Amino acid sequence: MAGFQYFPHTEEEIKVMLDRIGVKSLDDLYADVPADFLYKGEYDLPDAMSEQQVRDFFEGLAAKNPKLKVFAGAGAYDHYTPAVIPYITQRSEFLTAYTPYQCEISQGTLRYIFEYQSMICTLTGMDVSNASMYDGPTAAAEAMRMMVAQTRKKNTVLVSNTLLPNVRGVIATYAKYAGITIKEIAQEDGQTSKASLDALIAQGDVAGAIVPSVNRFGIIENLEGMADALHSDKSLLTVYCDPSALAVIKTPAEWGADVAVGDGQPLGIPLCYGGPYVGFMACRRDYMRKLPGRIVGQTTDKEGRRAFVLTLQAREQHIRREKATSNICSNESLMALWVTVYLSLMGPEGMKQVNDLCYQRSHYLYGKLLETGKFQPVFDAPFLKEFVLKPLVSPAELQKKLSDAGFFGALETEDGYVSFCVTEKRSYEEMDALVESIRK
Amino acid sequence: MKYYNKLIFELSKQGRTGYSLPQTCSKCAGTDAIPTALRREKQPELPQVSEMDVVRHYTNLSQMNFGVDTGFYPLGSCTMKYNPKINEEIAAMPAFAGIHPLQKDVAGADEIYKGLDQALAAITGMKHFTFKPCAGAHGELTGLMIIREYHLSRGDTRRTRIIVPDSAHGTNPASAAVCGLDVVVVKSNANGLVDVEDLRPLLDDTIAGIMMTNPNTLGLFEKDIREIASLVHASGGLLYYDGANMNPLIGTVRPGDMGFDVMHLNLHKSFSTPHGGGGPGSGPVGVCEKLVPFLGVNVSGFNGNFGVIMRAYAYILMLGRQNVKLCGKLATLGANYIKESLKDVYKLPIESVCKHEFVFDGLINDGAREDKEGACTLDVAKRLLDFGYHAPTIYFPLLFHQAIMIEPTETESKETLDGFIEVMRMIAAEAAQDPDILHGAPHNTPISRPDETTAARNPILKYWDACAC
Repeated sequence: MAGFQYFPHTEEEIKVMLDRIGVKSLDDLYADVPADFLYKGEYDLPDAMSEQQVRDFFEGLAAKNPKLKVFAGAGAYDHYTPAVIPYITQRSEFLTAYTPYQCEISQGTLRYIFEYQSMICTLTGMDVSNASMYDGPTAAAEAMRMMVAQTRKKNTVLVSNTLLPNVRGVIATYAKYAGITIKEIAQEDGQTSKASLDALIAQGDVAGAIVPSVNRFGIIENLEGMADALHSDKSLLTVYCDPSALAVIKTPAEWGADVAVGDGQPLGIPLCYGGPYVGFMACRRDYMRKLPGRIVGQTTDKEGRRAFVLTLQAREQHIRREKATSNICSNESLMALWVTVYLSLMGPEGMKQVNDLCYQRSHYLYGKLLETGKFQPVFDAPFLKEFVLKPLVSPAELQKKLSDAGFFGALETEDGYVSFCVTEKRSYEEMDALVESIRK
Repeated sequence: MKYYNKLIFELSKQGRTGYSLPQTCSKCAGTDAIPTALRREKQPELPQVSEMDVVRHYTNLSQMNFGVDTGFYPLGSCTMKYNPKINEEIAAMPAFAGIHPLQKDVAGADEIYKGLDQALAAITGMKHFTFKPCAGAHGELTGLMIIREYHLSRGDTRRTRIIVPDSAHGTNPASAAVCGLDVVVVKSNANGLVDVEDLRPLLDDTIAGIMMTNPNTLGLFEKDIREIASLVHASGGLLYYDGANMNPLIGTVRPGDMGFDVMHLNLHKSFSTPHGGGGPGSGPVGVCEKLVPFLGVNVSGFNGNFGVIMRAYAYILMLGRQNVKLCGKLATLGANYIKESLKDVYKLPIESVCKHEFVFDGLINDGAREDKEGACTLDVAKRLLDFGYHAPTIYFPLLFHQAIMIEPTETESKETLDGFIEVMRMIAAEAAQDPDILHGAPHNTPISRPDETTAARNPILKYWDACAC
């Protein structure tokens, strides 16, 4: 109608269309709806805005957001986004496509998902990856469900205390409704306690365990012996990991894990107040048919050309309904493209350098913060980019000082520590300024 | 579209660089200082390519893809409407993209949540929404958890079964199962609507509620919804509204007014955010007043897909109260127009006014003869690709063996619909004349029909599965 750029119909066209249908008005198309369900009031919405008004409106909101340099992690990491990525992901052939059900005109989507699956496999060391999950925590919850489904009669999943609180939280939610028992593996010196794991396995009914490779204290965990302990009990190991860190640290496969999950956000996805991110999930080939979500496979077309299709669909909700491995349908495909382009640009050397930069800078800040005399060290264990300290002043006071100086950090953990995270984006000047703001 | 046969790994050359990073400190320890026992043995086999290699590769891939910006996408139940470009610019604003999810007092972002909550409440008649669910099925799961919490809060622990119509989207029963609910199927009657007489005996004190899609997946409005709502409520159950088919009701009917207690919306369907090749979506869940205390169910890592939420809010602000009234009606107009224009050549199983979508049950004349198999729905779908159209949803809903589910949306012009109608009629004529033309389709796409059986039998799921490396 006149004046709205997304509705192309002219008055005349509407009349012609109504004539073809054989009704007199648009309202007649709702003759089957009981009259009192037809909304007669004025919708409580603002007046329609022009494009410029909308732009101004959001710019106004943007101005209300604090602009802080991020020294926090806890599941969301401020890594640099190369300019190429949004340029590619904004291509409308990728952006405005649906799920690649019609493979003959979706080879672009199917190929990048195949590349994504390959990259997740080489990072985790696993055999098979799906096409993506919503985020890391939901991927962990799906891993819990998958381990229970795989081991059949066992119904307890062990969850390490050193996993991020939001990961434990979502696992707990899914477990509650699925009727799965969750037991927490205690931490010892900031790492998943092997003794606690063994004791819980001895209690029986364990389908599997979920432990982090880099944990909520930033510590790179030593998972030695855990897979063996679980496997000799016929239970499974899921490792929750930071895929960026996996470029240098031991892979879930090397630890003997059966399933690897995590959030792809550290692979150059902007913080964006928490989303969209992308969960990833990979497993050993034995468990391929229990994997939730979409999977892309390679095949050939009638002329023998290499082609890609959605495959193993008998696991999925649109075929199996209530017997599907999961209810997931839409996932985070475009964000899978995002991390695929990121990993293509970075390559093995770029990923190594990002980790080196994080390592060097976070260790620099760690030392400088201790020098202020306002903190005590907590753990003596290797870390990569995130670490905790025991503050000698209140965390709230610290956070206030930081935000007044233009920084976001010193997140309080559930144990009363504060955490900092330093990525390659943070300069030495910024770190010095942050330390100075605390010293004051 | 042209065929392009590279994978990024095949462009790799040892020592080539596509990144630009600050120098590391030459005097400081790096990750090599991490104990060997904690380091991976070999570097990951990521490609080593230049920046332009990456740009050309993904540009070439994109050219084998079809999106809403490429052409008409009448995919039933997916609501492939135009994705406004201003929304992309807004979502990319650095003042939003750079916010850490655990930051507090982010007034601008928080106003977006509040504003969208109010707008969606106005459009749906619900009280409040949670934005944590990341997609439609995730919303369904969240909504069902809320229903379970409600019953549990009343000490009503026996309600562990949920009623789902046989015409429902596959996600409905799957979400119910993930939520620990047993699925009870209610049948459709001859008119394609929930059979109230079949429903009545199913209702007892073990039923948590019913999941309804209204209009349903046949595009038909569930006329008996008032009676269904009162029956379910009287038995102590709640009504869940699957918002996948909300588009025809936007600006006309509010689920809250029909008696629904909980619903999800697909912001990537009804509210114009791009589908991204299968996400990211956003599946906010709205509830009536008495369920507001249960909205806090914790189903995702942070605040939901904020970037998607921003886009949907921008779209609603441009719709405003003036344009919102036409949104559903124009979508419904387009669907009925196509249906009436094609029902003499495609089987229309239920003769009735539809809403935003409708379902044909295959061709009236599929060209079958003694020595030749007729053209099936898959053949029609594949032939459409040759003419520059995306195919409709096929073989769903399961009520009809040859289902072709067509949904145009309000952003498509009459010319576009006329073009589609003409091609659909031509395909019907081809089928009648020689179904082999359709059997061989598509002929003009980057690849022809792939061998899906081999793909499933010998799965090649990553680059190294195919080569002997």
